[in-house]
Amino acid sequence: MSDARVTVAKTYKLYLGGAFPRSESGRTYPVTDAKGRFLANAAHASRKDLRDAVVAARKAFGGWSGATAYNRGQVLYRVAEMLEGRREQFASEVAASEGLPAKKAQSLVDAAVDRWVWYAGWTDKVATVLGAANPVAGPYFSFTVPEPTGVVGVLAPQRSSLLGLVSVLAPVLATGCTAVVVSSAERPLPAITLSEVLATSDVPAGVVNVLTGKASELGPWLASHADVNAIDPTGAGPVGRVELAREAAGTVKRVLAVPEEEPDWTAQPDIARLRQYLEPKTVWHPMGV
Amino acid sequence: MSTWEYAPAPESRDIANLRPSYRPFIGGEFVDGSGEPLKTINPATEEVLAEVGTASVSDVDTAVKAARRAYERTWRTMPGAERAKYLFRIARLIQERSRELAVLETLDNGKPIKESRDADVPTAAAHFFYHAGWADKLGYAGYGPDPKPLGVAGQVIPWNFPLLMLAWKIAPALATGNTVVLKPAETTPLSALVFAEICQQAGLPPGVVNIVPGAGDIGAALVDHPGVDKVAFTGSTEVGKQIQRAVAGTPKKLTLELGGKAANVVFDDAPLDQAVEGIVNGIFYNQGHVCCAGSRLLAQESVVDELLEKLRHRVSTLRLGDPLDKNTDIGAVNSAEQLARIRDLAETGDAEGAQRWTSPCPVPERGFFFPPTVFSGVEQSMRIAREEIFGPVLSVLTFRTPDEAVAKANNTPYGLSAGIWTEKGSRILWAASKLRAGVVWANTFNRFDPAAPFGGYQESGFGREGGRTGLEAYLDV
Repeated sequence: MSDARVTVAKTYKLYLGGAFPRSESGRTYPVTDAKGRFLANAAHASRKDLRDAVVAARKAFGGWSGATAYNRGQVLYRVAEMLEGRREQFASEVAASEGLPAKKAQSLVDAAVDRWVWYAGWTDKVATVLGAANPVAGPYFSFTVPEPTGVVGVLAPQRSSLLGLVSVLAPVLATGCTAVVVSSAERPLPAITLSEVLATSDVPAGVVNVLTGKASELGPWLASHADVNAIDPTGAGPVGRVELAREAAGTVKRVLAVPEEEPDWTAQPDIARLRQYLEPKTVWHPMGV
Repeated sequence: MSTWEYAPAPESRDIANLRPSYRPFIGGEFVDGSGEPLKTINPATEEVLAEVGTASVSDVDTAVKAARRAYERTWRTMPGAERAKYLFRIARLIQERSRELAVLETLDNGKPIKESRDADVPTAAAHFFYHAGWADKLGYAGYGPDPKPLGVAGQVIPWNFPLLMLAWKIAPALATGNTVVLKPAETTPLSALVFAEICQQAGLPPGVVNIVPGAGDIGAALVDHPGVDKVAFTGSTEVGKQIQRAVAGTPKKLTLELGGKAANVVFDDAPLDQAVEGIVNGIFYNQGHVCCAGSRLLAQESVVDELLEKLRHRVSTLRLGDPLDKNTDIGAVNSAEQLARIRDLAETGDAEGAQRWTSPCPVPERGFFFPPTVFSGVEQSMRIAREEIFGPVLSVLTFRTPDEAVAKANNTPYGLSAGIWTEKGSRILWAASKLRAGVVWANTFNRFDPAAPFGGYQESGFGREGGRTGLEAYLDV
């Protein structure tokens, strides 16, 4: 390739209901790399975009939660295949966003792909691990199955632009919930590239919606929205989280307990995140002739 | 044909060992609370039962410190097998004193003796028995090899099942190694204070369980106390939201078991006589003071007339009156305040155009009673279809297709329970998976067991009580 060639730059947009629209507000903000060099103009999502995203996520919930666990597992595994195919692209975006050497960025991308595969494998096992046949004292068959909570609002980690994002998003999808994600504000580009992966991986439209913008602006609306069932406040920071938790109380939303500071995302997770997005449902039926 | 009349069959109130006064239980001793004493009344007669000393905000602080001391010095380091033995002892003591507790509960709450005797008290004992066995087996519960307790649990419970809700709260908390400060409801503090005596008889180390009677302000002081690591609340959605807001931004772990507006869905192939029994049990059990009561009957259009005729006939035979009478089906509403609320909401049913039917049963002149009431022709927009009445008032709506039934059943911000009546197995499993509720009863209703997790979706709260799942609420996981 000659040095004279001008590269084709990408316009980064929102991912909403399976499409890639600009913000309805028309707002954008410049995204730079760790050294302050211009990378792209990201869409600056508005409250209206957020509400549209919740509508899309709610619309997709019936189909995604109603799909068989095996099917969801295959779809999510397909996402990992597509992530692997874009390994180089993610590595360069993560390196630029997070200011990391190429090798370190590459290892984070690899960890993200592996994390996705780990969660994909949970779809058809979590009910076995968390469900139960209840030995009740009477002539009844009683069983408990975990069901997806519904629409989950995710304020993605601000620092870890891909591995952190995957670590908070994959468990939402593995349980059968749908997601409205507010990406890292300063490092949003891997989130949009991940959206492109999702859009081409058999994940139904609306199951994941990704908004680029400010967690401080969008978070409170997400937390108070009556059609959002749970919220992961990771990206809101310690101060923002308190306000979110208060807003969430108005609709008895599930608020994920998260550590003060962003954790080391390379550590192997347990199933706590899966548990948080599941509602145990207990069913009873009499036994008799 | 001759009719056999019922003769009165009252349980003796002497068995309750009612005392003129009761006091808060803090640090293993009954103490003089510095709050304003309250008088608890028998809602069936409006007579004063006893004076109850209440806790002040500073007593709450003393209780939390006592619980902290017991946690640090005794309870959390005690081997699970030893903790278990205290819980087994408590279970046995509840069984031994079951008749006393049942009569006391009926006097203080107004519920029929046959319910307190056959459900509330035995199930409370069962909860301690069940959780006792978990205390030394927590490593098998699926929360890692050695899950840790949280610390001091602040627990606030309602008046509808005073002793049973206490058991749902205290048994899992102690089994997992936490200590407890519990506030019983203002109108039903007595059985909790007898339970405190049971803790003494069991030799439970001082401070492991503390009981602080009082009103809402004492509940708030307990929830807000910085020394509390865990908050568990059962009660209204309105107060639940206040508590969630109060706890926001603190490290306290929270579980909420709140209101409901359960749909009881009757399909056209249901065994109607059985369904009628289930509907009656669903809404008139405990005067309808049940968060998971089947307060919305959704009947398929083709059977609604037949179903309503059978239902009215059956409800007419329910006996309302003296809660201590063993023949009584429906006792007293717990308080004048609650009775007024039920009346107000029922009146909105009239005003919004639903048709009211009231059981012709005689209603005692004294005491707080509300006769069984069925509203038909109810629309989804009416307040009696949307708001929790918490009384013996059933709202009847209709549907044509299974999809419509599910859509109407789920058309509520609540999600605690639901009922399904049909002979078709595949339809049961289909509907059970579509209904957004934490407990689904198919061809039965209002079944509870310590081994079966209970709790809500959406605005009915979060967290579960009972089963392996219920342990999570009291573990640092």
